[in-house]
Amino acid sequence: MQARARLGRWLVSGPPVLYLLVFFAAPALIMVLASFRTPGDFGGLAPLVEDGRLDLNLDSYARFFTESVYAQIFVKSVWYALLTTLFCLLLAYPLAALIARSAKKHRDLLLLLVILPFWSNFLIRIYAWMIILGPNAALAKTVNGMLGWFGHEPVPLLFSSFAVLVCLVYVHLPFMVLPLYANLEKHDRALLDAAQDLGAGAWQRFWRITFPLSLPGVYAGAALVFIPALGIFAIPDILGGPEDSLIGNVIKQQFLETRDWPFGSVLSIVLTVAALVLAGTAAWIGRGSLGTPSSAEAARA
Amino acid sequence: MALLEIQNVTRRFGEFTAVDGVSIDIEAGEFFTLLGPSGCGKTTLLRMIAGFELPDGGRIVLNGLDLAERPPEERPVRTVFQSYALFPHMTVEGNIAFPLQMAKTPAAAIPGKVQEALEDVRLTGFGKRYPHELSGGQKQRVAIGRALVTHPTVLLLDEPLAALDAKLREEMQIELINLQKEVGITFVYVTHDQTEALALSHRIAVMNKGRVEQIDEPSRLYSFPASRFVADFIGTCNLLEGPVASSSDGIVAIEVAGLGTVRVAAAPPAAPGAGTIALRPEKIRVQAASSAGDRPDNRFLGTVTEYLYLGDVTVYIVTTPAGRKLETLLANSGAGRTKFFEIGDAVEVSWPVDAGHFIGQSDRSASSN
Repeated sequence: MQARARLGRWLVSGPPVLYLLVFFAAPALIMVLASFRTPGDFGGLAPLVEDGRLDLNLDSYARFFTESVYAQIFVKSVWYALLTTLFCLLLAYPLAALIARSAKKHRDLLLLLVILPFWSNFLIRIYAWMIILGPNAALAKTVNGMLGWFGHEPVPLLFSSFAVLVCLVYVHLPFMVLPLYANLEKHDRALLDAAQDLGAGAWQRFWRITFPLSLPGVYAGAALVFIPALGIFAIPDILGGPEDSLIGNVIKQQFLETRDWPFGSVLSIVLTVAALVLAGTAAWIGRGSLGTPSSAEAARA
Repeated sequence: MALLEIQNVTRRFGEFTAVDGVSIDIEAGEFFTLLGPSGCGKTTLLRMIAGFELPDGGRIVLNGLDLAERPPEERPVRTVFQSYALFPHMTVEGNIAFPLQMAKTPAAAIPGKVQEALEDVRLTGFGKRYPHELSGGQKQRVAIGRALVTHPTVLLLDEPLAALDAKLREEMQIELINLQKEVGITFVYVTHDQTEALALSHRIAVMNKGRVEQIDEPSRLYSFPASRFVADFIGTCNLLEGPVASSSDGIVAIEVAGLGTVRVAAAPPAAPGAGTIALRPEKIRVQAASSAGDRPDNRFLGTVTEYLYLGDVTVYIVTTPAGRKLETLLANSGAGRTKFFEIGDAVEVSWPVDAGHFIGQSDRSASSN
């Protein structure tokens, strides 16, 4: 009986474990190994064994830590990701609260609207922003018209940090809304009644009751927005100016254009480690009475 | 002038009238209970006093002040919710300090008041715990301590003991009585449990279908129910009804189907017609049929057809030859015996004329039952 149960457990957990080993753990190991190797003369990697000895070195790491331009881009990427997370939170919170408090029959429809953008292609949605922010679109004309009144020169909306940030927020908004909604929807209405009964006004009810209880949802949403936003390259590529290159663009460049795979690997590893450290710190701050930051909720969303 | 005056208050939800023209005066320092079955409007009435619902008609006046324009957070009234509604992210101390912080109590004064409240509800030493680390009874005490810490004028309690098991409920009832005496705050208590209402209250308003059936002290409600509904809802009751046969010398006689003429001490009814006698099971004497003895005023023969052995007492259902069932109750107090009768025993049931209570024709709920 026990042997059968054990076999059953292996049969159930085997395929996903195998999948992760082959497509996640192995490539990650290959990347770690590549970061210590020498770039090939025509891109890619130089042979691992040359003249009978193993060719492994720290050259690419040394380059990352000596050439400050990469650290600067890195810091800028973290800054953009933080801004994206903050704006997503500010926009998503009222939206999630609205959905959570709307009548049950309307909630499914509203949630559907939130995830509706996923039904069209990611790149197409970014290209759509090129049209919205383009110089001949109504938005740019209105903004520049108003600036003109104040004697200000027209500003381009497209190919700017503004365009990159707007699109970063737009793309990641649903990832903030869904975990927040999953959290807020479970709040006990009686707690707000009790707080009001005990003398709390609307603002205090939010700040003392609703917001602290929603922190697991905030953490989950922040992780789901921050980590992908940190590594994104398509949005700065398409909507950003030359100054808006982020770490994702540099990594892509190292692999596809410069073809310096070891250095690309180093940048990827630094990015992964930074994301893990930041997420770990957030989870550590959010521990305690609030319970574990609800990865379960995030997964459900 | 009463402390809390509920004046002709009505609340409708669409077509449904939850509270229908209710008027109650509650005195300062009183333990007042709103008692009734679910859906009778008692919780809606409580929520209107708290301010969560607004009356469609009538006024709620506290200390001479109309509460209509005041939102819940500005009323000197606190509620103990059925679900406790403790803030899960705050400790016991945090929960109790919350209303003090909302009232802008100086920070230095808060810890002392919190400790006092913890003592009042016997939770000294539990201040650092979180709600999920407490038992049901302890959570209940925190909810009460939190509601009392700002010394409200009125404390509203919405079925606060419903979620506790029987033994704990009895303990908490005694504590509530003592606490109310200690703090001297007016309690308005909502429950559907008539034994709880009888045990706790100074006065009870029995509600049915949005209206007040009777407001009285527990013992008077039990002994002199004003309507069939009250008689039936409070405790167990034999309701003997039939046309009034005669009325003289303070004795009314009713012709009860399956039983015969039943006489009860009562003032003559205002209008002729049918009447009901409410007769409590424990007021009926049950004896073996053969036994002789004094002749009380009402005496009938029957057979024990069912019994419920409840430990301290046994309920015997006695059926007359004509098929009328009477519920009787005997304390199992005889030495060395478990019960008095077996099914099939022929018995004689009897009661004096002043054992029953006559309910007249004007009873409004008679038609609906």
